[in-house]
Amino acid sequence: MPQGTVIIGTGQAGFQVAAALRAEGYAEPVTLVGEEPHIPYQRPPLSKGFLLGKDNSESVELRPQAFYAEHKIDLLTGETASSIDPAAKRVQFASSRSLPYDKLVLATGARNRTLPVPGAQADGLLYLRSLREASELKQRLDHARDVVVIGGGFIGLEVAAAASALGKHVTILEALPRLMPRVVAPTISAFFRQLHIEKGARVSCNAAVCEILGSGGSVYSVKRSDGSIHPADLVVVGIGVVPNSEIARDAGLAVSNGISVNERLETSDPNIYAVGDCSEHPNPFASARIRLESVQNAADQGTCAAERILGRNTSYSAVPWFWTDQFDIKLQMAGISTGHDTAVIRGSLEGRKLSVFYFRENRFIAIDSINRPLDHVLGRKLLALGVHPTPQQAADESFDLKQWLESRRSDRSS
Amino acid sequence: MPKIIYVNSAGASREIDVPVGITVMSAALKNGIDGIVGECGGVCMCSTCHVFVDEPFFSRLPPMQDTEEAVLEISAEERKPTSRLSCQIKMTPELDGLVVHMPAKQR
Repeated sequence: MPQGTVIIGTGQAGFQVAAALRAEGYAEPVTLVGEEPHIPYQRPPLSKGFLLGKDNSESVELRPQAFYAEHKIDLLTGETASSIDPAAKRVQFASSRSLPYDKLVLATGARNRTLPVPGAQADGLLYLRSLREASELKQRLDHARDVVVIGGGFIGLEVAAAASALGKHVTILEALPRLMPRVVAPTISAFFRQLHIEKGARVSCNAAVCEILGSGGSVYSVKRSDGSIHPADLVVVGIGVVPNSEIARDAGLAVSNGISVNERLETSDPNIYAVGDCSEHPNPFASARIRLESVQNAADQGTCAAERILGRNTSYSAVPWFWTDQFDIKLQMAGISTGHDTAVIRGSLEGRKLSVFYFRENRFIAIDSINRPLDHVLGRKLLALGVHPTPQQAADESFDLKQWLESRRSDRSS
Repeated sequence: MPKIIYVNSAGASREIDVPVGITVMSAALKNGIDGIVGECGGVCMCSTCHVFVDEPFFSRLPPMQDTEEAVLEISAEERKPTSRLSCQIKMTPELDGLVVHMPAKQR
């Protein structure tokens, strides 16, 4: 009897595997199982519209409850996978349930990196990843006055933007010299720093937090290693994530910074795939093995794994894209800018319309855009086709990149 | 409640009554319309909620923002003059009876 596919993790990647299997006509059992109590939901709104009341726990659901039964997806929530027996092809759960599989997909995601300083256990210091955490944060924001955000990455800055929009007194502390340092160019960092300051926040970079000071078990202030102290009745920590790869490691699968897979998303056991935030994969757009924490990667890897399970000869090669919304500004990103040696600007910072084109050894590798959505889309097309404008062409607004791309395209097809 | 008529690429249609203010994308997902994906959640990043809007409704829609206009350039099925992203169409009483055709593929 076919045992079908078991998917561990009910985030966007796990959901996508199940949905794509059914959309593509997979006839065998599909079991989607995860430890979160809620049915699969989107995470991006949790740090944006959810905190402002524009989204709620129902509006963030990827599909309504009825979808799963209608598509013969056996959805098991609140079930924590505890171990895998690859030889017996069986997953054991903490509840004592166990499930056999023909194919297993690990979409175990990641968890928040915790703040390693004294006092970090205090009540009022929160992290944000799950719907439950978002609900608590939203509730506490209602009563907070002084909000300190530790970590100037996407999550921290989105929470800071929501808190400022709600009229809170916001302080952003980033340990490195600029905001979003690992992912964007200094120009973009500077733009967002200015934006947050204009909206009333205080932004400190090179700000190392050494202690959370409490009063009666609740946070009272945040102390920096230079001795300065920021009063806080709510602290939100967004300092990155750690991939959930222990279950794979314990099963003897290869792991490194995540669960290691090949370009077909297979782990070291070809019956087991890893997709989404936990998947350490060879990415052609990074020319390296990386993990990506994004909707695009979750959805495209989920689809790719489903296609592999259906016997199709595909491999993972989707163009990476990302976005962040802070106040009324959307930053659109495509490609992987890590390791760039040249960055040029098209547009202007003053006009609040600009794109940064990133190059490595004269190859175009990534683009970040603010209020230039056509550049973003064009960047995605350039990356997908592997055609490379020069930095001079990219920086020259009189050079018609769209027309140039079309001409390169027709050259190729002729 | 205004009505939306979703027509899939095989020509089959479904009529759904929806609350004012909901987007055509959200209404589709809530009602099990499989021809709309909505991967990015409705923020003009993915174009997987692409639809073709029948007249006279197309002309009644508010004009496209730049982000919608741009991302339609990478829709899985090539855009037409009546293409829109259904995440950007909010239902109003004036759109009662809106007919949207869904492409054969969204990704």
